Amino acid sequence: MPIRWLEREQIVARAGWTRWLVPPAALSIHLSIGQAYGWSVFKPALEHGLGVSELESALPFTVAIIMLGLSAALFGTRVDTRGPRWAMVMSSGCFLAGFLITALGLFTRQYWMVVLGYGVVFGIALGIGYISPVSTLMKWFPDRPGLATGIAIMGFGGGALIAAPLSQALLVAFGGQYTAPDEANGIAEHIPDPNGIGLTFLVLGVSYSVLMMMGWLLIRVPAAGWKPNGWEPSQAKTHGLITTRNVSAKNAIKTPQFWLLWVVLCFNVTAGIGILEKASPIFQEYFPGTTGLAAAAAGFVAILSLANSIGRLGWSTLSDTLGRKNMYRLYLGVGALLYLAIVVIGDGNKPLFLICTIVIISFYGAGFATVPAYLRDLFGTYQVGAIHGRLLTAWSTAGVLGPLIVNAITESQHKTGLVGPAAFRPAFLVMIALLVVGFVCNELIRPVNSRFQEPVPAAEAAPGEEDDVAEVAR
Amino acid sequence: MSDQRTAPKERPVPPVVVGLAWLWVVIPFGYGLWALLQKIPALFG
Repeated sequence: MPIRWLEREQIVARAGWTRWLVPPAALSIHLSIGQAYGWSVFKPALEHGLGVSELESALPFTVAIIMLGLSAALFGTRVDTRGPRWAMVMSSGCFLAGFLITALGLFTRQYWMVVLGYGVVFGIALGIGYISPVSTLMKWFPDRPGLATGIAIMGFGGGALIAAPLSQALLVAFGGQYTAPDEANGIAEHIPDPNGIGLTFLVLGVSYSVLMMMGWLLIRVPAAGWKPNGWEPSQAKTHGLITTRNVSAKNAIKTPQFWLLWVVLCFNVTAGIGILEKASPIFQEYFPGTTGLAAAAAGFVAILSLANSIGRLGWSTLSDTLGRKNMYRLYLGVGALLYLAIVVIGDGNKPLFLICTIVIISFYGAGFATVPAYLRDLFGTYQVGAIHGRLLTAWSTAGVLGPLIVNAITESQHKTGLVGPAAFRPAFLVMIALLVVGFVCNELIRPVNSRFQEPVPAAEAAPGEEDDVAEVAR
Repeated sequence: MSDQRTAPKERPVPPVVVGLAWLWVVIPFGYGLWALLQKIPALFG
């Protein structure tokens, strides 16, 4: 039986409601679920505390990313139907449950519960929580969809900025951190206490639930016929790829545009992971003579995280002016050239290497942030959340494909005795090839054939009305 | 008369509520950003 308070009709904004309350509501969800990017902090703790292998310690994160795509695809239509508060409450519930199961698994030394809690249950929280704030923001900002999606998805990237230091501080406080021995500096090895890791998950689960609460309390959907002050739907660009018509999620996946965009997103993400996955070892192998190498490599990882986050907002906002297709030309085309520059210069020019990697990672983040607005341009806002959910399976695929390609190639290079730029060169060449394929797919995207579009009643709805029309259509 | 009964009464959200909502997310984000910025100088040191 549905709980009325959670349903879409209960959260229609009253007259005088400001749309500037919606971005913080969306951010509270995305900053929380972005915790997933902070998983690497737990890997050494789990490996030394529970005695699991490197592969096993990566498994909860990998499963979570797979579940993100699957749950977004499976529940996308329901999320669109029930509304953002329902989705946010479900996401918060799965988030808390996932972290509690993970904590219980650590208290009882049952690693399968960590995989179940973090990988499966928290992964569902990611999928449900990711798409709803994005589609809601696009309905509140029909005049600036790129900015709107950039704000929310920057929050997901920013989640790592919060999660990494917070998790590290909690692990230290509860004795769950791993410290490698350093005889030169008189530092003894510290083996993590699994109970300390469990307590960290417990505190994180409760804290993030409180942070997310503001999101589902404040979230609203625009009333029928609402539009921003001084903006007329007729002002919206309708030329080129941008449509005023709508396509259902069911029909969208029958179009070549959806699958071309799927490949574009998948390869753009895979290329970004090429550097992100091994950022610290790449830096250490490229510039082994750097003073304070470990700290410098940590600084490199930090600056990439910042580029990932800022790129989401900056490039996506620019897409409102330059157009979505042009932005992907930039991400994929210039991205391939920057990878080529890294291959050519090797370790010969550190500032240029830093600039290239920073811009590549900013394009990686931007690819995530611009794609919802690209979907809105192609398919309208009618079921854009559900379509976005289905597209996120590309991310799941890339989440498995990217690390697999990079690790397999670099490991084989290392086995042959190659180190430094030479060890990473073949992996980077593969990334260039993927980016070129993505570039070609982006070039092939054309306006959606009218036979896939919804009949006029749904299609003529003004921003904010689509939800009501969607209800009627169902 | 009927217009007065049916027209929704506009109740603007107090700016302090909007400010508090933004603070709710800016404070944790600021903490993360501060922690991250502290690591970057080592890259150029």
